[in-house]
Amino acid sequence: MSKSERPSRLFRNLNAKVASIPMILTALVVFVGGTAWTVLYSFTNSKLLPRLNFVGLDQYYRLWATPRWLISIENLLIYGVISLVFSLVIGFILAALLDQKIRFEDTFRTIFLYPFALSFIVTGLVWQWLLNPDFGIQGVIRNLGWTSFAFDPLYNSSIVIYGISIAALWQGTGLIMCLMLAGLRGIDEDIWKAARVDGIPMWKTYLFIIIPMMRPVFITTLVIIASGIVKVYDLVVAQTSGGPGIASEVPAKYVYDYMFFAQNLGQGFAASTMMLLSVMIVIVPWAYLEFGGRKRV
Amino acid sequence: MSAVATPARQASGGINTKLVNRIVIYGLLALFALFYLMPLFVMLVTSFKTMDEIQNGNMLALPKAPTFDPWLKAWGETCVGLTCAGIKGYFWNSIKMVVPAVLISTMLGALNGYVLTKWRFRGATLVFGLMLFACFIPFQSVLLPMATILGSVGRFGVTLQNSVGTSFGLGNSTVNLVFVHVVYGIGFTTLFFRNYYEAFPTELIKAAQVDGASFFQIFRRIMLPNSMPIFVVTVIYQFTNIWNDFLFASAYAGTGDAMPMTVALNNVVNTSTGVVEYNVNMAAAMIAALPTLIVYVVAGRYFVRGLMAGAVKG
Repeated sequence: MSKSERPSRLFRNLNAKVASIPMILTALVVFVGGTAWTVLYSFTNSKLLPRLNFVGLDQYYRLWATPRWLISIENLLIYGVISLVFSLVIGFILAALLDQKIRFEDTFRTIFLYPFALSFIVTGLVWQWLLNPDFGIQGVIRNLGWTSFAFDPLYNSSIVIYGISIAALWQGTGLIMCLMLAGLRGIDEDIWKAARVDGIPMWKTYLFIIIPMMRPVFITTLVIIASGIVKVYDLVVAQTSGGPGIASEVPAKYVYDYMFFAQNLGQGFAASTMMLLSVMIVIVPWAYLEFGGRKRV
Repeated sequence: MSAVATPARQASGGINTKLVNRIVIYGLLALFALFYLMPLFVMLVTSFKTMDEIQNGNMLALPKAPTFDPWLKAWGETCVGLTCAGIKGYFWNSIKMVVPAVLISTMLGALNGYVLTKWRFRGATLVFGLMLFACFIPFQSVLLPMATILGSVGRFGVTLQNSVGTSFGLGNSTVNLVFVHVVYGIGFTTLFFRNYYEAFPTELIKAAQVDGASFFQIFRRIMLPNSMPIFVVTVIYQFTNIWNDFLFASAYAGTGDAMPMTVALNNVVNTSTGVVEYNVNMAAAMIAALPTLIVYVVAGRYFVRGLMAGAVKG
């Protein structure tokens, strides 16, 4: 950089600094400020309006004693594990299949990715219809002759979360496939050739050579899936409205209902702070690994 | 995948294994494709049937007497809340909201990406970290603070209205939603542009600076014209996200006439009384899904290309 006689460092790159004001303002006021505000008020007993009546960890004690919250967390864990495992597995398999220099690759990719363009509301409604006991899949199979076939997860409290998971997987695996495909395409041709020359069977090549080489892609994908899991809300609202009863409640819905319908802001804040914590646990280490340390802006 | 000289070990049964492999691959792909296409097929097929056919027939069967009625009904007559004028008004609401939101958040993302990568200043890393944070925080954490902010903006709008004669739309539900989506979109758009500009040759910028170009001139003449791929990716991504959003729509514009499409759709289907008109519901869902589907089918390959080019660095 040329040494110029500028009056002070503050005015260097003034245009840039001015242009970055909206970004900094937004980040500080809305994101940092807003989150801090929510966390602060989670220690109060606000009902309809936010009030600064501090009650310590009261809201949190109540939260963890509420059955509905506990069911939400349990559902989130089940949903989370299913989403994570199957998204990665199916996404990778699809990507590996598409990577085989097949014809109609574009067509297949379009088919696998189009659900991603749909709103969760649309997805929830379609799958609600598909899983309808009278007219949906159960009905179709029964009409074919298997009259005792039962497949109505949305009416069965113990497996409703699986019905939701199917819909979520249908929507989300396309994106994972794309990311995995990008990763696969980045692998040198020579690696494949070398493995073939050495006589290593295909499945071993994938498992022990290719996948370890794709570690960064897997990590990025993991983070994207994880942050999406915590936020699941629209899908549940559209597909089951949290039912039957409260069997398919999820934390995001709990937060929303308590903030806007139950007029209990304090509980809503406490719940959303728990959600924030769980996201931070995943994001902060990843961000540090990815962008901190070795990469200096 | 074909090697000119196949080692002896693989020579035996070479052609047959390849054929079997191909069959397995295409077979699996076809199976998966069926799974992914089935819901769309069912949605379309149901939306063209009469209620009689639905109740007596097979979900997977093609309509025997296809009719556009459910679509017309969904567009112009079905009930959302207490108004029974179809979903066309809400469709238009969504458009009014999405277009400005996408454009503004994309432009700001470009500007931010440019600033963060080409103009070093103290705290740039921290600011980028904050943008990243913005991408991933659960929005529930900032739902209420944002509501408070919007409330103040609304009150300011009323003051303006009383003193200057116009409120510039401040406090209007649609404007509120645009504001909210711009704010929340900035995280992602900045991330996309920042990753893209990071790979942009800095020598060009330096050369332009030597020639005396200013901050904005460089932005306009050098950065923007070369940003087509990432623009497409960002616009598609933002359009899809904002059009499909439900959380903010229902929190900040969830009642009355300013409701966007997603909230209206949920209302139509999940709060119907009496006979559930599956065909109208499916037609409404199709209408809601069409814009993003069309964008995706038309421009999807650019989106994928952009992703692969590093919008999300792995």
